[in-house]
Amino acid sequence: MRLSMDLEMQDKPGQLLMALEPLREQKGNIISVLHHRDKKTPRGTIPVRVILEMDRSRLEAVKEQLQANGIIVVRAGEDRFLEEITVLLVGHVLDRDLGDTVHQIDSTGFAEVVDLSLSMPGIDEPSSAYLRIRATGKDEIQKAMSILRQVGVQKDLLVIEPIEADEP
Amino acid sequence: MTEVKISLVGYGVVGHGVVEVLERKRQLMREIGLDLTLVSVTDHTGTYLAPDGVVAKDILDHRTLEGVANSDMAAREVFGSIDCDLVVEVTPTNIVHGQPGLGHMVDALSMGKHVVTSNKGPLVVDYRRLKDLARKNDVALKFEATVGGTMPLISLIERTLVGNTILGIRGIFNGTCNYILTRMVEEKYPYNHALTEAQELGYAEADPSYDVEGVDTAGKVAILANSIFDMDVKYGDVEVTGITGITPEALILAHKRGYAVKLIGEVPALTVKPMLVPLGSPLAVGSTLNAAAIYTDLSGTITVTGLGAGRIETASAILSDIVSIYRGNHVDILRS
Repeated sequence: MRLSMDLEMQDKPGQLLMALEPLREQKGNIISVLHHRDKKTPRGTIPVRVILEMDRSRLEAVKEQLQANGIIVVRAGEDRFLEEITVLLVGHVLDRDLGDTVHQIDSTGFAEVVDLSLSMPGIDEPSSAYLRIRATGKDEIQKAMSILRQVGVQKDLLVIEPIEADEP
Repeated sequence: MTEVKISLVGYGVVGHGVVEVLERKRQLMREIGLDLTLVSVTDHTGTYLAPDGVVAKDILDHRTLEGVANSDMAAREVFGSIDCDLVVEVTPTNIVHGQPGLGHMVDALSMGKHVVTSNKGPLVVDYRRLKDLARKNDVALKFEATVGGTMPLISLIERTLVGNTILGIRGIFNGTCNYILTRMVEEKYPYNHALTEAQELGYAEADPSYDVEGVDTAGKVAILANSIFDMDVKYGDVEVTGITGITPEALILAHKRGYAVKLIGEVPALTVKPMLVPLGSPLAVGSTLNAAAIYTDLSGTITVTGLGAGRIETASAILSDIVSIYRGNHVDILRS
């Protein structure tokens, strides 16, 4: 069965080996490894996406070994979420129930907030949130975006969308 | 040699640039077969008539024509009484009623004069009527300078990309907003601080709302929609969000993730709003630059960038429009 995993690792030598070793032990056949050095997370970690052929029953064991090796497992399983979009929210993001904003996306079943960073310059000042959203397809990305636009209107947030998401 | 007598209406920053550029390029124009003569300049204080051609140094040092005007004729009377072929209209833009430029253009076109302009107002308010008037009187209405200043956009689409279907255009059409957004990231300035700097450098007006609220960009979107997409829209049909709500923290957060935030106007979607633009994208230009991505069916995406404003830059777009009129618009010289 083809599976994919999103991992995050420290930016120091030997980390990739620590991530791949458990896959070898569980007889996973690696199809591809995408090492996104240029897309460091705000936590300073490097995202890596691994696609492999492996029996699903071994997935839990792999996850445990990865975590024991200090590798963060962001997501592991079938490649359900194929499309991704990034969005910036500006305004009183936190005061207007950020949890609810995220829940509105997550509860759709077809889209999920997979990354979130906040910048809060001070009390009473507008904050900003950077969201990465994954969805099952392009249409679902657009649906998630229209939910966010509505949330933006309700909560008086400026929703800044990426230009490449919807080219003419 | 084709002789062209030009009347200039509007003697502000751009008007001065037109007087200067027409003189500077006079010889070059003659070499390509165009004898361009500026025969009159009109502003709100009066008219300077020079049937043999305006000598730039005689008027360039004067901020307005007060003191040098040798006639009190208004623009309409000038068009009716002197021999001129083409009117350059560069009075200040009013996006609500289009005046005084709209009246000048209607008069000029009705009297059979070509019109070249940098004035957005009349084209936003009454594009259809002006275009119909031009067609009826068999003259040209050219307005490259209204969108993106010196950056070739309308002529690029109408001439070079002819044959392509234009799927859409997205761009940065306001240098003031782009400057403010650029400085907010570079210097971590709050919005108000960046705005003050832009005003001190002369990039922003004392009342900046026209730029920062997205009104100016919306006007350009309306012009592109009407001219390139043959729509019939006004400023009010464009959905507009400006840049005043953006914080340096938001910009820095985006920048860390590989994005710039730019005020993007889009046609035919008719929107103006801040958007995330990948830092490596050709649209991610800084400072006061403008940029536009043209999405086409045959040529893919073509991006142009250039200075969106400036005295000489705007005059250069006007000069290029003048030349294009006399080069002809039709494929009527192909021989079998």
